[in-house]
Parts: sequence; structure tokens; C-alpha cells
Amino acid sequence: MEVGRLPISAALKGKLVSAGYTSLSLLSSLSPSHLARGAQTAWDMLHEEELLTRITTSSVDIDNILGGGISCRDVTEIGGVPGIGKTQLGIQLAVNVQLPIHCGGLGGKAIYIDTEGSFMVERVLQIAEACSNDMSATNTVSQDVHAGKVGMQPRDFLENILYFRVCSYTEQIALINYLDKFISEHRDVKIVIIDSITFHFRQDFDMALRTRLLGGMALKLMKLAKKFCLAVVLLNQVTTKYAEGSFQLTLALGDSWSHACTNRIILYWNGNERYAYIDKSPSLRSASAPYAVTAKGIRNSVSNCKRIKLM
Amino acid sequence: MANQLISEMGLPKSIANVFAARNIRTAKDALSLTEFDLMELVDMGLTEVTSVLVHISERVSPPHQTARSLLQQRIQNEQLAGHLPTGLKGLDEALFGGIPFGVITELVGPAGIGKTQFCLKLSLLASLPTRHGGLDAQVIYIDVESKFSSKRLIEIGAQSFPEIFHMSGMAQEMAGRILVLRPASLAEFTESLQQIKILLLERRVKLLVIDSMAALTSGELEHGASKINPLGWHISFLKSVAELSRIPIVVTNQVKSQSSDEAWRYNFQEPLGVLCAVGTRRQDLEDTSKYDSHLIAALGIHWAHAVTIRLILETISGERFIKVAKSPMSPALAFPFSITSSGISLLNDDGIEVVGQEISTIHCHGHSEIIHSDTLQFHRQ
Repeated sequence: MEVGRLPISAALKGKLVSAGYTSLSLLSSLSPSHLARGAQTAWDMLHEEELLTRITTSSVDIDNILGGGISCRDVTEIGGVPGIGKTQLGIQLAVNVQLPIHCGGLGGKAIYIDTEGSFMVERVLQIAEACSNDMSATNTVSQDVHAGKVGMQPRDFLENILYFRVCSYTEQIALINYLDKFISEHRDVKIVIIDSITFHFRQDFDMALRTRLLGGMALKLMKLAKKFCLAVVLLNQVTTKYAEGSFQLTLALGDSWSHACTNRIILYWNGNERYAYIDKSPSLRSASAPYAVTAKGIRNSVSNCKRIKLM
Repeated sequence: MANQLISEMGLPKSIANVFAARNIRTAKDALSLTEFDLMELVDMGLTEVTSVLVHISERVSPPHQTARSLLQQRIQNEQLAGHLPTGLKGLDEALFGGIPFGVITELVGPAGIGKTQFCLKLSLLASLPTRHGGLDAQVIYIDVESKFSSKRLIEIGAQSFPEIFHMSGMAQEMAGRILVLRPASLAEFTESLQQIKILLLERRVKLLVIDSMAALTSGELEHGASKINPLGWHISFLKSVAELSRIPIVVTNQVKSQSSDEAWRYNFQEPLGVLCAVGTRRQDLEDTSKYDSHLIAALGIHWAHAVTIRLILETISGERFIKVAKSPMSPALAFPFSITSSGISLLNDDGIEVVGQEISTIHCHGHSEIIHSDTLQFHRQ
């Protein structure tokens, strides 16, 4: 019997088929542990996780609640209201990934997929300049010798950001499909940022189709993250939903999408401060930390009354 | 890109035929299906379907460039490094040169605050010759509420640039570059957008002003109820046209009162007011609205996400302010301004720093007094 005719969800069918199990007969001889192919023991995974490198956000408080920064081999969704700093954080990460490991980066390149035209290149230059200045201010001679290079110049930072502009959902899906080949040819890419994942899926969409397409995209992105050991950051917008008797803010794209990403961070206003809140994570505790958007980019908040709240 | 035909992608004929037989003719058709759906539809194995999709995806993917080459392009190819100076020194500095090309800049504020005045001034600036800081180009002005006043436009021109406007024929030439459209409905507006796109891509028009966007949908957008935004298509269209033609698009928006339902917070945030009993909570929300007139921009949160720059015009204690509420690279500054015979002028070029969420709130204190005094002074049609 074809997997297609089994009474299971479409998402599950998709997973079975993409793993090569197209008919029931292929499945019937397997034991559960075989099916969870590529399974590792928890001990091996712990070892791997400890070696997991992270990318700094340039805000020590946010890095702390993230256990060091944005992690590789993971898809992290970051959402918030307009003007809260999503694109700012995206650009900061695209710059920071290029920093050497001892500075909080991965010495790699960034892919920035812009679906809304939010990427203002003058701002990227500004953030790169600040980063370059900060680096040369703190670098000691021995570290320079170790790194074997002169401090990074702003134009070097810009050279290492590979920018794609996507104008429709078709292009978005095509590009995500193409990334596997592209990154195989550009192995130094260590972060993929999509700003925003939402825009082309918000208008006039058949909901069932949208759910399937988004699910497919999420799976492919997770595979990319794991295969190439890079970080995937998806920026999302907000919408309102009616719950518990009033309208609440929530991230866009619906309930099924909210299950698709491994990690979810919500950027929000708390009084006069910007905060980042860990809404979903398999290993991190729910917490929020303040941050600031300055001329130099994302930085720690300097307010006297800031609080890191553990929830 | 999305409408590329599968038959023209260099796939083996047999595969292209099978796809066509199942009505999968364009890249969009193929990519809107999951691998699994496709397998079932065209009766092919997984590896074959995957390789076809990868082939199609590679053809349809947009090209990439480095951020550095993007910057170089902007500096080399564009007038004024990609900005239209507004002539307001403090604002131009905050915006790194002026209204940026290629993105949507929104002006939002209560009625009578000066949005149309600002638009008139910008239209004039764009039409001026380059040696006077203009774009030497045509302007399309979509005047939804019939607020465009050519008399006022000429007055602003004559007061701000007397040396140009007193030359014979110049006023006629400048005003002649501004094309005013008056769509009677959203449908008419939609139709005219398609024609505008052609004009924009021909590079003679270098500024598009829509005054006001909110008026196009007044009455059609219902709070919370409708999932489909009537402006959804327009938002995408305007953004892509702005980028393709690298021109600034300036849009004005209205304000509306924020109902207590719209005290937007996430489910993990503590609700406003003290939560003692169910009955008291609503009252607390209503109480806070007594202290401030809670105004928010019309057109909803999707629109708010879509604009790149949001300039809020507001009144506080009878004084007008223009502030940079949303901008990828500007500090949160508010500038006091006044409306003069030469358009808008800033009273302070340094700007006042605004902390936190204040930058996004719209105030309306002492508004009615200044509106009344202004109507006595200036020409209004």
C-alpha cells in the first residue's frame, strides 16, 4: 500500500516519503529505532552541543539568556512589532557572524534574504563601521598575530554579506530549495537570515496551501542548518488574534507555523525599553532581557532600572 | 520570475510534457506543490521529482550580490546618493540625506496637521532642477480627497525659491511636471497603478505621492474581523515598484482612536491595570485612555510593517512636531515645526530625543486651536 493512502497527516507522509519510505511494505519490517534514522544517543548529542558555537548579538544580556548567542544547527524565529528592531538584529548578526571566534563570531559569511526591501545598505555600513572600530579598540597585538590578519574593515564586512532580494513567494520557495546547492558551493556561509519569512505569505492565501508550503520551508531550513552546521534566523511580523476575551499580539503565520521553528524569540516593548523574550526553546529557560538599538547597532541597554526577568 | 514557463527551462521534453498535461505550466504552479503532491500528480518517483524541483528552483531563484557591490551601485548610480532632501535640515540629517529612494515613506497624523503641505513641498522639490537640489523630474500625485491646491503649490514655490519662480515660465514648467490623479474608488486607483508602473519604469517620474492611502479604504477595513486586507496587493505592488524604479514613494495615512480592545500585548505580558477581578480590568483600561487621546495610525499592523520609514506629525500642547517613528537607521528624534507660506519649516534642527515607545505614539493635544488659526491664514480649496 502506498504511503499516500495511509490515514496519517500530510506532514507525516511528507517526512516518510522524503526519507525514502514510499510504501507500507518498506515500513513493516522496521523497528522504531531504525525508523528514527540517524538517531544518536543523548550522550553523543551532549558532546556535540558543548562544541556548538554561537553567534553574539552584541548585547551581553541577550547573549546570556540565549546561552551565549544565536546557536548553529538550529532555526531561530525572531518576531516583533514594526520598529522594535528585527531588521536591526538581523543586520547585526550578519555582521557579527564574520567576527573571529574569540570575538563571538564564526569567521564566516552571511546570506541575507530580503523579502520586503528593509535592507538599507547605508545602515549596514554604519553597523559594520562600529563593529570594525570596536574590534580595533579591543584587539591586542598577540591576538592579531594569532588571527594572522589586519583588523577587518567595514568594506570587508560588506563584502561577506551575500544579499538576495525575493519578490514573491515563488521566488522565496525557489531560493530556499536552491540554498542547498548554493551553500555547498559557498561553504563559508555560517548564517542564513530571512527578513521576513512572513511578507509574501500574508496576503490572499489559501490557508491549507500556506500551511503546507510553510511546513515544507521549515523542514528544508532545518535540514540546511543541520547539514552545514549554520544558524538560520527567520524574522517574523506580528498580528492580532482574539483570545481570552480580548485581542492579543501574536506572531504571524498561524498556529501550525508556531510549531515549525525550534526556537522563538519575541522582541517587545516593556514601558520605555526594548526587551527580548524567549518564547520557545528546547533547552533554554523562558527569560527576557533588555537591549537597545543605537547608532552602532544592537547593544546592551544602559538603563539603570533594567531587569533580567526569569519567568 | 514566478511566471516563467516550465517548457522553457531546459527540462527534458518528456518531463515538461507530463507537467503540462497536469496543468503545471509555470514555476509558480510547480513550486506551490510539495514534493509529495507532485509525485502523486505526475506519477514520478521521489528522486526524479526532487531533481526537477531543484532544477526549476535554480532557474527561478533571484541572483545575489554582496552588500558592498550594492552600496557601490547606490553611490555611483544615484542622484544625491539615493535621497530626496526635504530642505528641513534636521530631518534630512536624521534621515541621512532625505526621503530615501526605493522604499515607502509614510506620513501619519491627525487631520489638518500638515501632511498635505509636506507632500506639496516634496512634489515641488522633486520637480526642481538638480542645481537647486531637486530631481529634475516629473511627479505623480494621487489626490484621493481633492486636497491638492495648485495655488498653494505655486505660493510655496515662489516663497521658497523666488529666484526660480520669478523667471517667466518657470512656475508653469515646474507645476507642469506634477501630474495629479483623482481616483474615485479603490478599483480606479488599482487600475491607475498599473499604468503608473509603466511611467515609473520609463524613468521620467521620480516621485510618487499618495494622499491619502487611508481614504481609499475608508469604510472597507473592519477592525479585526476581516482576515483579508483590501490593500494587501497594493502594499506589495508599491514596494516592488519603488524598488524596481528606485524612486521614493510618499504615502499619507490617517489616525483613528484606539479602542480598549487594541491595547495590544502578548500573552506572556502582564495585562494593563491590576487584575483583581474580571469586572475591574476593563475599567482600568478605560481609565488610562482619559489621560491621553489614544490615537493610532489607520490601515492596521500589516501596513505598519510594510512601510520603511514612518514620520509621525502630531500636536503636543498646541505645538506641532514631526518625529521619526520608524526608520532603519535614524535616531528617535522629534522636531518642532510650523507651517509657513513657504511650506513647512523646522523650529529646531537638533531635534528632541524621544525615549522608548513614545516615538510611536500619536498625540493630539491642543490640536483644534491651531487648526482654527491656520485656516484664517492660508489658501484652502
